[in-house]
Amino acid sequence: MTEEQRDRLLLQLEIDQLNAAYAATLDERRFDEWPGFFTEDGRYRVQARENFDRGLPLALIDLESQGMMKDRVYGVTQTIYHGPYYTRHVVSPAQVLGEQGGLVRARTHYAVFRTRPGDASEVYNVGRYLDEIVRTPAGLRLASRQCIYDSEMVLNSLIYPI
Amino acid sequence: MNAPQSLARWADAGSSRVPFWAYTDPQLYRLELEKIFYGRHWCYVGLAVEIPNVGDYKLTWVGERQVIVVRDRVAPKDRDTDHGIRVVENRCAHRGVRFCQQPHGNARSFVCPYHQWTYKLNGDLAGLPFKDGVKDGDCINGGMPPGFDLKDHGLAKLRVEVLHGLVFATFNAEAEPLAEYFGPQVMPWLDRIFKGRGLTLLGYNRQRIPGNWKLMMENIKDPYHPGLLHTWFVTFGLWRADQKSRMVTDAHGRHAVMISRRNEGGQNAAVTSGVTSFKADMQLHDKRLLDVVPEPWWTVDDPSDPGTSITPSVTMITLFPSLIIQQQVNSLSTRHIVPRGTGEFDFVWTHFGFADDAPEMTRRRLRQANLFGPAGFVSADDGEVIAFSQEGFAQWGEGGSTLCELGGTGIGGAEHMVTESLIRSMYAYWRKVMGQ
Repeated sequence: MTEEQRDRLLLQLEIDQLNAAYAATLDERRFDEWPGFFTEDGRYRVQARENFDRGLPLALIDLESQGMMKDRVYGVTQTIYHGPYYTRHVVSPAQVLGEQGGLVRARTHYAVFRTRPGDASEVYNVGRYLDEIVRTPAGLRLASRQCIYDSEMVLNSLIYPI
Repeated sequence: MNAPQSLARWADAGSSRVPFWAYTDPQLYRLELEKIFYGRHWCYVGLAVEIPNVGDYKLTWVGERQVIVVRDRVAPKDRDTDHGIRVVENRCAHRGVRFCQQPHGNARSFVCPYHQWTYKLNGDLAGLPFKDGVKDGDCINGGMPPGFDLKDHGLAKLRVEVLHGLVFATFNAEAEPLAEYFGPQVMPWLDRIFKGRGLTLLGYNRQRIPGNWKLMMENIKDPYHPGLLHTWFVTFGLWRADQKSRMVTDAHGRHAVMISRRNEGGQNAAVTSGVTSFKADMQLHDKRLLDVVPEPWWTVDDPSDPGTSITPSVTMITLFPSLIIQQQVNSLSTRHIVPRGTGEFDFVWTHFGFADDAPEMTRRRLRQANLFGPAGFVSADDGEVIAFSQEGFAQWGEGGSTLCELGGTGIGGAEHMVTESLIRSMYAYWRKVMGQ
């Protein structure tokens, strides 16, 4: 194994750990910690595949800063009235697509299951993360995460981040 | 007894107590499809801007019937009188196959894969294999009977009207012209948003809501709930009972417009005291989420007070039976109701802007879209409470009814929002159509 190959594997492992921590944060409902996975001007977007494929700009959730993410967290925990549910994220290994100007591009597949208390689990949102990741003194951070979902028909509402 | 048996089981006078069976009875629902969605009503099928070029098509729904909206060729001499948009049912005239499976695309003709029956874009049958049989030596085997005429076997064609780029269709031959269907009370509010303006398509959001389709119409004819259920509306003054507002209906009570003007929000004991959704200390970390910029077209001559002008920041238009048009500050969308049985409907949001929007305005519209849609700060909870309503109706059964008497039991418009009269108006019309 060349040094280059080893570095690439280590980078993938680091991204996998970032994704694992991200998923655990959401599934364990530590929502206040979620914006911390992003850079201060990080982008977060949840977008239906049909819009993405057709180049239509509309997203289901479209946030342009850590501040907006904090507003989303306040919104989902304090303001939106909805039936309670748990999420479970299952994420694939990351695929590193390239690196340019300090930005690592990566793609990871995800499935999110929803379970309402006392009910059966259902497939809630399935898609892929398209990420731009930067290395900061505090570790890897998302400069941009797009969640492009195949499940174009949302099962009523989507409250918590994906 | 030769007299026709009355099917009416709506016992109360008026329309202020809606029986739970109106939301849960499967037989009644089948009748609603026939009398409302396939009856003398116009149903929204899309925006002309979604199919800009000849051959462009999209699939959508009229009631439970899937239809194709397509842009046909138009001869130069007909261009002043023919918008070129056709709506045909996605059901082959041969064996009933739903032949078109791509949700949108471009086609020269439509071909059913089963036996390759081929249709023109206007739904006419162009041809089919082996119509005249297959030659075998001197004889001809099979083929269609001698009287078979292509003209008799096209796709089901709907009547189509296009109003300011909004496309409507109906299966019914007798529905009045579209502008008459909406009526003079509602038309000025459609003109205000759409007349003379090119649209741009921003994209779609889709959600499946486990509730009766009428509950969504009610939700947007209900000015009572937004300042109570929706924290963002009451806290930031986007919609609440201390605003100058107007409720408009057409002469039949089937369509409505809720019109209001944003205020500064914050405390006002008359509308925030005891309202748990009001958050006095709520501040946005990033104020761009509510970066509202008034647009010139917001101001129009007041249709009910000629000579004066009016500048609403919100107009919510319900066009019976299946369309809601939203202007909430800078966010614009059509919301299409697709019924799927008594207890479920799909809700398709199409967000749009205007052709002359600067890039900053487009970004603003997209940003404000965070408030609306299946994940919206405001709208996500509408889908949730609709599901809870349906659950409540279903668990009780025949004898129950909703109470809909804010502002009395009458129907018609109002100059404030402390009323449920628009819902009562719709059910007064619904009772007539449904023979209840």
